[in-house]
Amino acid sequence: MDAQTLTVSAEPTSARAYVRATPVPAMAPPATTVGALGWVRTNLFPSVGSGILTVLLLVLLGWIAMWLIEFLIIDAVWTGSDREACLPTAERPDIGACWAYIGDRFAYIVYGSYPIAGRWRVDVFFAMLAFGTAWLLWLEAPRRDIGSIYFFLFLPVASFVLLHGFESIGLPVVDTALWGGVTVTIVVAAVGIVVSLPIGVVLALGRRSRLPAIRLLSTLFIEFVRGVPLITVLFMASVMLPLFVPDSWSPDKLLRALIGVALFSAAYMAEVVRAGLQSIPKGQYEAAHALGLSYWQSLRLIILPQALKVTIPNIVNSYIALFKDTTLVFFVGIFDFLKTIEVARVDPKWATPVTSATGYIFAALVYFVCCYAMSRYATGIEKRLATGEKR
Amino acid sequence: MTVGAGATIPPPYSPPQAGEDRSKHPPPRAGEGGTAVEITGLHKWFGDFHVLADINLTVGRGERIVICGPSGSGKSTLLRCINRLEDFQRGEIIVDGMVLTRDVRRVDAIRREVGMVFQHFNLFPHLTVLENCTLAPIQVRGMPKREAEERAMHFLARVKIPEQARKYPNQLSGGQQQRVAIARALCMSPKLMMFDEPTSALDPEMVKEVLDTMVALALDGMTMLVVTHEMTFARQVANRIVFMDAGQIIEVNEPAPFFANPQHERTKLFLSQILH
Repeated sequence: MDAQTLTVSAEPTSARAYVRATPVPAMAPPATTVGALGWVRTNLFPSVGSGILTVLLLVLLGWIAMWLIEFLIIDAVWTGSDREACLPTAERPDIGACWAYIGDRFAYIVYGSYPIAGRWRVDVFFAMLAFGTAWLLWLEAPRRDIGSIYFFLFLPVASFVLLHGFESIGLPVVDTALWGGVTVTIVVAAVGIVVSLPIGVVLALGRRSRLPAIRLLSTLFIEFVRGVPLITVLFMASVMLPLFVPDSWSPDKLLRALIGVALFSAAYMAEVVRAGLQSIPKGQYEAAHALGLSYWQSLRLIILPQALKVTIPNIVNSYIALFKDTTLVFFVGIFDFLKTIEVARVDPKWATPVTSATGYIFAALVYFVCCYAMSRYATGIEKRLATGEKR
Repeated sequence: MTVGAGATIPPPYSPPQAGEDRSKHPPPRAGEGGTAVEITGLHKWFGDFHVLADINLTVGRGERIVICGPSGSGKSTLLRCINRLEDFQRGEIIVDGMVLTRDVRRVDAIRREVGMVFQHFNLFPHLTVLENCTLAPIQVRGMPKREAEERAMHFLARVKIPEQARKYPNQLSGGQQQRVAIARALCMSPKLMMFDEPTSALDPEMVKEVLDTMVALALDGMTMLVVTHEMTFARQVANRIVFMDAGQIIEVNEPAPFFANPQHERTKLFLSQILH
C-alpha cells in the first residue's frame, strides 16, 4: 500500500484518489512449504545437523522395533502346555515371549482364586461394567441420564450382589479373599474412580466454604492425605483400623483397601476440582445469584458443570494415576492383577528363562492399553471442548 | 403496560419508525405508581475505603434513572447493593416493599424481582441461548419447560435474535450476547431492571443495537436503573439523572436541566469531559 491510499481526497473524482477496483485473487502457497515434501523438509531435514540426527534416530527406532517384533512375535511361543515348550533347544536357540504360559494361566490372571463354577458371575460383571462405561463415555448416547442412574446406583449394588453373592437368591457367597487378578484390579479402580469424584467435589467445596469449621476440616483432610504415601494409607487401613474398631465390626480386607484408595484419590481429586472451581469467573456466580438461583442451584446448574468440564483432562490424569496405584494393594495381601502375574511367574511348571520377562511385558501392555485409552479419551474431550462452544 | 405483570405477554417490540419520535411520549412521573426502590442512609465500606456515603434515593415504579459519574464513584456498587451482590454496613434498602436483610430467603425473593444486566454479559457458556433464558424461570419460578421456552422465544424475538436460540453464547457477537442477557433477565418478569454499564464492553458498532433494545424496554414502562456513559441515551430515556462522585450522590435532576444547567462544579467538570 503506498502513501496515496492513505490520502483522503476531498474530491472523489480527483486524480490523486486511489480506489481498488478488483480484489487481489488468492494465490497458491510456494510448493516447498506444503504437502508431504514440505513437511519432510521443515520437520526432518531443516539443516545438515538435524538431518543426521533424524537418520540416526530412525536407525535406532528401527532397531528397537525389529527387536520387539522378533521377541514378541517371530520367536514367540504361542502354544504348549508346560515349560518344555518355552525352553531353548538345539534347533530353536532363540526363544521369544512365552505366550503359551500367559494362555495357560490366563484364567488365574483374570479371576484369581474365584471358584471356577462362579466365574460366569465375574463375566456378567465385566459386561455390565463395560456397557455402563460405554454409555457414559459416549457423549452422544441416548438417555445418558438413565445411563448415570444405571452406572452410579444400579451397577454398584448389582456388582456387589453378583461378585460377593447373596444366598437368598441362590448365589453362594464368595469370600473376597478368593477374589483376584484383573477382577480385583477393575473393582478397586472402578470403586476408586466412581467414589473419589463426588467425595473430591464435596471436599473442594468444603475448602472454599465460607464457614471456617468446614473449611478447616476439609483442608486438614486434604493436606493430611496428600502428605502421606498411598502405601501408608493402605497399611493404616488394613493394620491400624482393626485396632480401633471391635472385631465383629471389623470390615473386610478388600473393603478396607477400597476405602483407603478411594479416600486417597478423593484428596487429589479435591485439588483438581478446586482448580476448576477457581477458573470459573466471578461473573458466573453473580449472574446466577442475580437471577435468584440459590447457592446449591447455582452450584449444580452453573458452576459445577463448567468447572468439571474444564477439569476433565486433569480428572482423567488422576484416574490414570489411580489405576496404576491399584497395584499397591498387593502389599496388604490382596491378589490384584500384578500380584497374580507375580504368582504365575514363579510357578515351577512354567520356570523358563523367558517366563518373567513375558509376565512383566504382558502386565505392562495391559496397563499401557488401559491408561492410553483413558488418555486418548481425555484428549478427544479436550479437542471437542476447544472446537465446540468454547470456540 | 409493564413487563413485570407476568400474566399477559406484551406484544413484540416494534422498532421506532422513521419520523416517529417516541421520546415525546409523556414519561411516567416518579412515584406515580408507588415506589420500586427506596434507599435511605446507605453506607458501605470496602475495608477502610468508604465506597458509598449516605446514599438516599427513591425510585418510583415505571421510572427510568440513569446513574453517571467518573469511574470509581460507586455507581456499580450502588446497583449491586440493591440485589445484594454486595453487602452494606449501614442504611436501609427497600425493594418492591421488601426490606433487604441478610436473610437468604429474603435476598433470593428480591433477586427474583430484580433483573440485572452486566457489563460483561455473564451468559452461561455451557448452555444454549434458549437454555440461558429458561433456566431461572424453570428452576426458580417452577415454570413448566414448554411455557418457559415460549416465554423465552417471545423475549428473544423482542430483542430481535430468535434465530440464535439454539446457539451457544460464544458463537454470538458481543451486541447479540448482551441482548440475550437482557432477554434472560426479562424472562423472570422482573419489576425492576438494572443495567451495569451494558454497552461499555461492546465494539462501537454494536452499542446501538443494545441501546435500541433498552429504549424499547423503557417505552414499555419498565422501571430501569441504568449505569452508563451513553449521554444520548440518558437524554432520550431518563426521567432523572443521578450524578455520583466519590461514593456520594452529587446531583439529581431531569435530563434537560441536568445537561443545560448543571449545578455542582464536579458535575460541570464531568460533563465537560465526556461531552465534546
